[in-house]
Amino acid sequence: MHLGTRKVLDRSFAGLGIFSVVLMSAALLVLLGPIFVRGLGAFVFRATVEHHRFILEHFGRGDRRQVQGRIAAARQSREPLYDMIARHEDELWQSFRAIADRHKAEAAVYEMIESREPDLPRALRAARYSLTEDGRHGRDALDALEQRWEVFEELREKVRVLLGPLPGEQFALLRKQYGQTRWGRAQVKLHDLLYDYDYDYSDPNQMGRKVYVPRVEQFEGTAVEPLFAYAEDNLHAMLLPRWTFYWRFLFDESFDAHFFGGIWPAVLGTLYLTVGTMLIAGPTGIIAAAYLAEYARQTWRVSLIRTCISTLAGVPSIVFGLFGLAFFVNTLHVSDSRSVLAGALTLAVLVLPTVIRASEEAIRAVPQTYKEAALSLGATKWRTTFTVVLPAALPGVLTSIIISMGRAAGETAPIIFTAAVSLGKPLKLWQTLSQPTPALPWNIYNLATEHEAVDEIRHVQYGMVLTLIVMVLALNVTAIILRARISRKLRG
Amino acid sequence: MAMRISDVVRSRDMRPADEAADLQAGPPIVEADDFSVFYGSTEAVCGVTLGIPAGKVTAVIGPSGCGKSTFLRAINRMNDLIPSCRTTGKLMLEGQDLYEPGLDVVTLRRTVGMVFQKPNPFPKSVFDNVAYGPRIHGSHSRQELSEVVEGSLRRAALWEEVKDRLSDNALSLSGGQQQRLCIARALAVDPDIVLMDEPASALDPRSTARIEDLIGELRGHYTIIIVTHNMQQAARVSDMTAFLYEGRLVECGPTARLFTKPREQETEDYITGRFG
Ligand SMILES: Nc1ncnc2c1ncn2[C@@H]1O[C@H](COP(=O)(O)OP(=O)(O)OP(=O)(O)O)[C@@H](O)[C@H]1O
Ligand SMILES: [Mg+2]
Repeated sequence: MHLGTRKVLDRSFAGLGIFSVVLMSAALLVLLGPIFVRGLGAFVFRATVEHHRFILEHFGRGDRRQVQGRIAAARQSREPLYDMIARHEDELWQSFRAIADRHKAEAAVYEMIESREPDLPRALRAARYSLTEDGRHGRDALDALEQRWEVFEELREKVRVLLGPLPGEQFALLRKQYGQTRWGRAQVKLHDLLYDYDYDYSDPNQMGRKVYVPRVEQFEGTAVEPLFAYAEDNLHAMLLPRWTFYWRFLFDESFDAHFFGGIWPAVLGTLYLTVGTMLIAGPTGIIAAAYLAEYARQTWRVSLIRTCISTLAGVPSIVFGLFGLAFFVNTLHVSDSRSVLAGALTLAVLVLPTVIRASEEAIRAVPQTYKEAALSLGATKWRTTFTVVLPAALPGVLTSIIISMGRAAGETAPIIFTAAVSLGKPLKLWQTLSQPTPALPWNIYNLATEHEAVDEIRHVQYGMVLTLIVMVLALNVTAIILRARISRKLRG
Repeated sequence: MAMRISDVVRSRDMRPADEAADLQAGPPIVEADDFSVFYGSTEAVCGVTLGIPAGKVTAVIGPSGCGKSTFLRAINRMNDLIPSCRTTGKLMLEGQDLYEPGLDVVTLRRTVGMVFQKPNPFPKSVFDNVAYGPRIHGSHSRQELSEVVEGSLRRAALWEEVKDRLSDNALSLSGGQQQRLCIARALAVDPDIVLMDEPASALDPRSTARIEDLIGELRGHYTIIIVTHNMQQAARVSDMTAFLYEGRLVECGPTARLFTKPREQETEDYITGRFG
């Protein structure tokens, strides 16, 4: 070939190589960048006083005096708002009284108005047939008032979501006991408070368009009319957001289906599953690989086994999941139902082909001369395998195992039926034999598809994704470092 | 060539010429009787009958592919690793048939050590390399191992060079050092016989010289059987020489006699470099 041509070819080849590396890095960056940034949002965010109140009340963490001081300050800023709400409720009761007066209600109605028992809508309904004069008009007036109540109740609900229970209210559900814990969500909720929405169907060729209507229009001339402006202007003072590094997100238990707290049960579950998988698949895989590489004769049966192993490596993971359920849980009954053990066994079957194949390659790559040396010194075959061949193959074997660990950590399908639940406490070691566990990949899927209030807790999902990716990356980096160190040691 | 080799032979501090009789005196330690080795249907060693004297250095020479390695590896049954390999006839070690069923290969290989053509230390430390054999044969006390390692390294004339690097990886030694390490490793299990398959062919002249000196020092303590392509080397280091040609044993005798007065025409042709 002409020298010039060769040079050009050389150069274009190098260019192509650099180009593809750059492309890959860019793709990685585009992929990982947003994941990283959003995932970080689970750890570092502007936490409102509600977050700090929760942490104080449930974990006893934080500077008690300081947090309580902030709670008091926030409460003070909320006072005018609660005041408006209370006054508007009064207004509604007064309207009720006016209707009662106008239509000559029975004494029982006045009793209800005096005692404000039961609550307004029920009282209104109870009053329907207690008006003695011009019942129909009276009932229309009651209906109108009930509608005003409903709009008001919707407003109160928006305020509860934003700031937590109104003064004097108590709720059993944890998520109702606190307002918004994250400033970003608080702003979304403020918007919900300020604007009601409706659908605009004026164009018959299009789907209804969502239009936002200022909620204040529903309350013109009432005591809560200024509430909206007040809320908009004083949101900061009412929630006192603060940049917070919530690193315990990783180690805190989850509360109320991930509404509060952290992701530790899922992280721990993933660790259990991964380590368990490797404890099962590592030794079995290495022994199988050593057998195939060192002991098995080259018969058709062995080739068949090899083919099967290669085929298994390509089987979709959901199939392994179903197999795990059918075999480990339903047939062998390793546990009554789903458990970490059953999941680890299933994942082990999933990664075993990879471990076996890669380890076999690594073992085959060990120079024959090492074996000859050991045998010539009088070592038995298994001794040679364990003291010379496997140590020399260790970098390859370890790499395959750690990469399989990354795979096991990230797989969802195999654990759906065998190990995973969406909610749970962190397990003790011995519980892994019988108990199912939350696990990051499953919880990510669960949050993305099935959770009742997924929009409220996106940050948890992103935090889980980030954690899982970091775990897998860390495993792979460990593999690379270990491999480098061992091969340096072997090379001398 | 012939002259130079006989020079070499003469220049060695040889005992009187009637040494030949002396060599044959004691009972041979390794004895082949019409011994053949086959790879599948090809016969690599054909009907060799030969006695190898104890405590001497015996060189096996012959052109490439004549079956030297095959014969050597038959003595510690390394050929067992090759599935297609089988043997006929008898090969005896101290009167014991090596191919008798039920023979303990592990004990045999303990008695018959081997040094390979290319240095093949394990990717372990110098110490662990030498200690490998003693360890698999059940000695584990650090004290005992240190003594064996030092003794073996001294005998392999490597101690002075590596005594401060015992925990370094063996692969960081030079090629010549690695080969002496392999010799030390073979000596550490205290064999009776050491087989060497072209132990110096991958080394530079200085390392080769060291290995040859070493063989000289080991003479008498061990029975050494060495395969070599280098006839000067055979002449320098060995007491007995066996010449193989196309699997047959052409001639076998005291080195001095074989190189100066070969009885067979083929031997003469080979050592004078007319073929091979
Ligand atoms: N594993 C094997 N399978 C089949 N034939 C073999 C095998 N090893 C050696 N042979 C054949 O046996 C014959 C003798 O081989 P051997 O290695 O003993 O020769 P050698 O004398 O050692 O040669 P060299 O001096 O080149 O090392 C050769 O023809 C070779 O092709
Ligand atoms: Mg050879």
